[in-house]
Amino acid sequence: MEAAAIAVKNLVVTRGGRRVLHQLNVDIPRGHITGLLGPSGCGKTTLMRCVVGVQRVESGTVTVLGDAAGSAALRRRVGYVTQSPSVYADLSVADNLSYFASLFGASKQRVRKTMSDVELSDSANQLVSQLSGGQRTRVSLACALISEPELLVLDEPTVGLDPVLRAQLWQQFHELADSGVTVLLSSHVMDEATHCHRLLLMRDGSFVADDTPDALLSQTATLDLESAFLALVSDRTDSQEA
Amino acid sequence: MSLRIATMTVWRVLNQLRRDRRTVALLLIMPSVLMTLLRYVFDGSPMVFDHIGVTLLGIFPFIVMFLVTSVAMLRERTSGTLERLLTTPISKLDLLVGYGTAFALVAAVQTLLTCATTLWLLDLHVCGNLSFVIGISVADAVLGAALGLLVSAFAATEFQAVQFMPAIVLPQLLLCGLFAPRDSMASWLDAASSLMPLSYVVEALSEVARHAEATAILWRDLGIVVGLIGVCLVLAAVTLRRKTP
Repeated sequence: MEAAAIAVKNLVVTRGGRRVLHQLNVDIPRGHITGLLGPSGCGKTTLMRCVVGVQRVESGTVTVLGDAAGSAALRRRVGYVTQSPSVYADLSVADNLSYFASLFGASKQRVRKTMSDVELSDSANQLVSQLSGGQRTRVSLACALISEPELLVLDEPTVGLDPVLRAQLWQQFHELADSGVTVLLSSHVMDEATHCHRLLLMRDGSFVADDTPDALLSQTATLDLESAFLALVSDRTDSQEA
Repeated sequence: MSLRIATMTVWRVLNQLRRDRRTVALLLIMPSVLMTLLRYVFDGSPMVFDHIGVTLLGIFPFIVMFLVTSVAMLRERTSGTLERLLTTPISKLDLLVGYGTAFALVAAVQTLLTCATTLWLLDLHVCGNLSFVIGISVADAVLGAALGLLVSAFAATEFQAVQFMPAIVLPQLLLCGLFAPRDSMASWLDAASSLMPLSYVVEALSEVARHAEATAILWRDLGIVVGLIGVCLVLAAVTLRRKTP
């Protein structure tokens, strides 16, 4: 079997004196969409920051595409989209994309292509500060797509988007995955989870489950993932108390 | 370090600034307006204006660039774009040199305008070569920008960044020799002022004001200023961390 896109071993992270991630272990396969789900504050963002190599780690290792997370070689191969759009609000959409393109040596043609992929060609010359929240999210996403990364790490990419746009984005994520891109994304909305190939359910800095959406449903004998999550959490609590 | 990325960063920072017309207008025009004000404050004593005016040609760009750069860099940190940039192939030095160069260009235009107003319209008298006045002012503006980049690491909010102005710039202003000659100060203050970058800028400018030819002190001071720019940029690079808690 091909080596995992992301291999996390005994990962421990402490922030501000509080342990945020407890001895995490997981392998995330290539070319799949893996959803990191759980309530806000459960450590999703911290784990993603570890994967892109901006989080100081207490112990354990994170290996991404064969290299240590955050190593220089990975900076062209991993795209990262933070939860709040981190783009320049005082620049136009095209200027933002051109700047990020220049960091990777991407062509002007690539800028145009990416802009049309996220359906922002019509707003190319508008300042980001004048765009709606959903458009800003897409500018931020486009800035990560521009380098054609092998691994895309997306923190809550569909929050606050309208259903049509959300469907379009999911379609795009699936197209990326089909072309071999590994997608790791987080969400606190369980509905989103059905679109993923594989789910990692998180709670209080630990994994509660790691399986496909269907397997989770049959395992817990539930009809939706929200109930599955609740069932899994209560099972764990019961077994801890027993 | 990549020349292409640094150049694109210069362009991006200038592009951001260009959109903020009010800031550009204030940056370019205010020093000339203040100089004009000063000229008429000392209407009866042009000799005093000559002395203070040339010193202020160095002080204005330093203060303005310090403020603007520290706030601009802080925005980069707080908006999340810095964290994102540091996951891309950009090197820390590309970013800092990009910011430094962009604001140096702005400083150069500002200095040229201020010098033109002061030297020709307001008849400020300088013995030495005018190109030295301009050169020193630009170097000193870049120093202000480099110091601003460094200091922004220690500010968590824009309020704090602005408060670094009185904390870091005003002591230098008091001790640089503008209000009283440095050798007439208490000896410990004189010693303190010799640790402050602005003292060398002011000394260099007064050398140009008093001597027709470039003096050894002028060259030494200019060397110190350029060296300090390098030191500030390297320290600023050290404070930029790819991994944060």
